Amino acid sequence: MLSIKDLSVSINGKTILDGFNLEVKAGEVHAIMGPNGTGKSTLASVIAGRDMFDVDRGEITYRGQNLLEMAPEIRAREGIFLGFQYPVEIPGVSMASFMRTAINEKRKHLGLEPMSGAEFLKLMEEKKKLVEIHSKLTNRSVNEGFSGGEKKKNEIFQMALLEPRLAILDETDSGLDIDALKVVANGVNKLRSPENATIIITHYQRLLDFIIPDYVHVLFDGRIVKSGDKSLALELESKGYEWVKKEANMAAAH
Amino acid sequence: MTTSINTLPLKDRLLSLFYENLPHIKGNATPAANRLREMALAAFERQGFPNPKMENWRFSDISQLLETEFAFDFHNQSRPFDIEKIFTCDVYDLDTFSVTLLNGWFVYKNAPLTRLSNGTIIGSLAKAMEVYPEIVDEYLGKAASAEKSGLVALNTAFIQDGLFIYVPEGVTLEKPIQLINIVDSQVPLLLQPRHMLIAEKGSNVTLVNCDHSLTHNVSLTNTVMEVFAHPEAIVDHYKIQNKGKNSALFTNTFFHLQKKSQVSSNIITLNGGFTRNNLHVTLQETETHADLNGLYLVDRNQHVDNQVFIDHAAQGCFSNQLFKGILDDQARAVFSGKIMVRREAQQTLAYQNNKNLLLTDEAKVNTQPHLEIYADDVKCSHGATVGQLDPEAMFYLRSRGISEKSARQLMMLAFADEVVQKISIEALRQRIGSMVERRLKGELSICDQCVLHCNDKGPTTFNIDMSKI
Repeated sequence: MLSIKDLSVSINGKTILDGFNLEVKAGEVHAIMGPNGTGKSTLASVIAGRDMFDVDRGEITYRGQNLLEMAPEIRAREGIFLGFQYPVEIPGVSMASFMRTAINEKRKHLGLEPMSGAEFLKLMEEKKKLVEIHSKLTNRSVNEGFSGGEKKKNEIFQMALLEPRLAILDETDSGLDIDALKVVANGVNKLRSPENATIIITHYQRLLDFIIPDYVHVLFDGRIVKSGDKSLALELESKGYEWVKKEANMAAAH
Repeated sequence: MTTSINTLPLKDRLLSLFYENLPHIKGNATPAANRLREMALAAFERQGFPNPKMENWRFSDISQLLETEFAFDFHNQSRPFDIEKIFTCDVYDLDTFSVTLLNGWFVYKNAPLTRLSNGTIIGSLAKAMEVYPEIVDEYLGKAASAEKSGLVALNTAFIQDGLFIYVPEGVTLEKPIQLINIVDSQVPLLLQPRHMLIAEKGSNVTLVNCDHSLTHNVSLTNTVMEVFAHPEAIVDHYKIQNKGKNSALFTNTFFHLQKKSQVSSNIITLNGGFTRNNLHVTLQETETHADLNGLYLVDRNQHVDNQVFIDHAAQGCFSNQLFKGILDDQARAVFSGKIMVRREAQQTLAYQNNKNLLLTDEAKVNTQPHLEIYADDVKCSHGATVGQLDPEAMFYLRSRGISEKSARQLMMLAFADEVVQKISIEALRQRIGSMVERRLKGELSICDQCVLHCNDKGPTTFNIDMSKI
């Protein structure tokens, strides 16, 4: 589904990703872990199409297409979803008009008829239950006045509405209490299928107790330095990132 | 008959025209109105037209406009006439009591002045001066001072017609009154309608004022409106300005508030060549409430200038100003809001906010707050922002599959919506909201409410021949 080869990315001349490689197939869940400032969020942003970064080298292929040539909205309509680390507040834009516009632009892209107001409201109610959102979202402005937990739930809610093929969840667990974490994880698990894939970006192992990854990768200095299965996450939890840093530095020295 | 005024500077031409036509201009106006006009003429002679050397005209230069060879209608050319045949307004099919001014003169189907069963009087000011001189004389010129403004002086000197509304004590008008101002002329026209609205004690009235032009010719409208809110009266005023690029509109609106009265003013500028709104609000007595909102959406070379002066002259009054604008292309906006809190105006609450969204590097806005406070127990605040669409929010919307264009529109609509939401009548809020939406999508032109659809045919050549109606 997603193939990233030798990707190097910089911002204002400062290299962030440096020779990054990753293969993600349908049905897989990948966790990308690593200390702060190693390029995890940059990776998520570049896949979603944020234009503040310079791609200096390498390629990203998504379902056989050159992803880097696609506008962010086209990527989204083709099934890529980014769960933001810091969801943006947009005063005055209601959740309903936001999501309805998004769904209908995607449907148009796929050659489908737009969804009617009634159908859309029904879908919203259905997906709200999935992430245990109880408040009336329809007339609320996007993320405005939402608590930290509500914002993260709202990301998963949008993901549920848009039904992406490839979801990238950027630090979705940060700032969540254990109850909210369970709700978010439960939402993600329910959306898992053999047809779609998920990349979970996280600093801590905690979320991976609830969403069991197929692969765990450790990102350090802009590239993956260690990959394994879910046991790697546990090992990291007990030994800390210093352990991989040392290994990586030793490998670099050789 | 249209009198053409040539060769001399506009000020001098107007002065000589005044004397030439004086017997006619005086017409059936009350003696008090005629005394007022002579004083006003002297005030205009002294002050002349505004120029950029004046502090509150620094950013709005009208010198070029004043070089136009304007004509002036001293005679009412309108006959009883059916407005629906030539013009339908977007707000029109709201359930309103609708009246029309064509080139500054009151036009009517049945009678120039209507007295409703509840005692409300709505109609032509010229006619009101004949039928209700005592009411007109009690109020005319009492809120709008000719001594402080050349434009008010000029309007006052030439008072002939306009809208007159009198709402008796305790009467609530269920239907809004809608005033449609239309300019339609084959020659550049200078027109100066004069309006007055008197809301007696405890009455409740909504006035929706739509300014339109049916012509691509240059026109200059210099209008004065005086609104008197007696104790506990509630007055809601909406101005929707949707005029051609060659039209200039000066509105001078004066609100005078007595004890516990409430007014709202909502100025929505959708299109206009040059628009200047002077809003002067006097909170004369205690516990009054003024909500002053504005929204301007301008592009190309349009120029919109909102000047608010709010005078807190009594204790325990509230005022709030919210003016927001979106500027595209080379458009220019000016906002100046002055809050005056006099010594006796303790426990004043006065807020002001002006927010602007610039869509290009060439669009320009000048915004100036002024606070002048002489009382010590007050809460006042002011704020002004000038910015672009938030790139973080743009990316967030696009990352969900929304095109850049739709994302911009969603954000602009959201920005404008704060003002639209202030509109208390739901039907009107929806209607204005939809006009704003269509304006932001580029679907609303000045002509598409007009049955002539001159957009398709180029500049209109249609001329209303009143003699045949």
